[in-house]
Amino acid sequence: MEYGVIVFYSTNWALKADKVAKEAGFEVKLIPTPRHISSDCGTALRFRWENREAILALLESKGVRIEGVHKL
Amino acid sequence: MSIIYLDNAATSFPKPPQVVEAIVHFLTEIGANAGRSGHRLSIEAGRIVYETREALAELFNISDPLRIVFGHNVTEMINLVLTGFLRPGDHVVTSSMEHNSVMRPLRALEREGVEVSVVQCSREGFLDPADLEKALRPNTRLIVLNHASNVTGTILPVKEAGWIARQRGIFLLVDAAQTAGAYPIDAEADGIDFLAFTGHKGLFGPTGTGGLYIGPRVPLEELKPLKRGGTGSRSELEEQPDFLPDKYESGTQNAAGLAGLGAGVRFILERGVEEIRRHEMELTALLLEGLSSIERVKLYGPADLSMRVGIISFNIEGMEPSDVALALDVEFGIMCRPGLHCAPSAHRTIGTFPKGTVRFSVGFFNTKEDVEKAIEAVKKLARK
Repeated sequence: MEYGVIVFYSTNWALKADKVAKEAGFEVKLIPTPRHISSDCGTALRFRWENREAILALLESKGVRIEGVHKL
Repeated sequence: MSIIYLDNAATSFPKPPQVVEAIVHFLTEIGANAGRSGHRLSIEAGRIVYETREALAELFNISDPLRIVFGHNVTEMINLVLTGFLRPGDHVVTSSMEHNSVMRPLRALEREGVEVSVVQCSREGFLDPADLEKALRPNTRLIVLNHASNVTGTILPVKEAGWIARQRGIFLLVDAAQTAGAYPIDAEADGIDFLAFTGHKGLFGPTGTGGLYIGPRVPLEELKPLKRGGTGSRSELEEQPDFLPDKYESGTQNAAGLAGLGAGVRFILERGVEEIRRHEMELTALLLEGLSSIERVKLYGPADLSMRVGIISFNIEGMEPSDVALALDVEFGIMCRPGLHCAPSAHRTIGTFPKGTVRFSVGFFNTKEDVEKAIEAVKKLARK
């Protein structure tokens, strides 16, 4: 299974993204942001890479600002 | 002697058992710092705080929960807006029924060059929206109103003020200390740009919780934070984040308290604000009727129940409010609050400065029996 992570400027937005994605039926999980991706102390949302476009479109429609998307 | 608690306008008591359980659960099972560390307990703490935002957003009809900023009480939130948004040369309009949580920051800002107008209210505490409009100037930036007076319970015309603010392209700050949870609030439909509330009154949270909704019209770059520091976000930067809610939430939050606040708000959502208000106003009507029939008792505030919340101010002719309150406590086990209620301007408006009044304030957990006993107690004191 290929995974990706979405990183955010704030854990508050990560929590909102997690909620919104789960409500839409996506399999996601909040994890500590991997060090090689960001030096921030925040939380990232792990998702199945195949759902990348659908999740990003969903988050945009819900007004969740994201910092970046990375493949694990 | 059993205790009758009629001081819910100061802080609500008792709290629903769910509130206590949520705090105990947080402190025993979660414990971690919300939004800081990324491990499961930290995430769970963050989720609990987020769910409190969601519950409040539902209660106040706010579409984005992240537009709610948490702090420690309504005073802190009002200070954030007044000191962060007003600059020397700006004009601000408020009412003569305000609490010192508004008046004191405004008087301090006045010395720094902010122009302050206080619109006179009637002796019942009513504000005429036409008077509000007349007080506006070309440099008016903000209207500040309490939603209901903590002295008389009088409801102020927030919706009309919101409409006036939008017409003029200015902003409205509402102090909902006495209405949040006890009276319907629709932040978006009422045109409220800043909705400041405290957690420990009608929302049933513990003390040390409060919040501020910041509407989409507010330019965040013009609203300075009250404090700056760690937010768990953008840690690589030595500058404060510029987005909500982090810009205004530096330092570790009272997450255990916010867990309790969330449970309190969900308790309200399950019952409905209308149901809570119906119960409180039924008790208020009984109190008003009972007290008005007592010789030597003078009541303040509007006669029209639809224009007030569950707060009643009164005096017994020839007695000091503090003596009445002491006798009610010692002889009858009734808890109330005498004096000026941190609102000298409101007492001047209703004609009770500097003596003040005795204040009864009902809550959802009061019963008919409580208010009947309170009426009997006042009757006995007035007969002496």
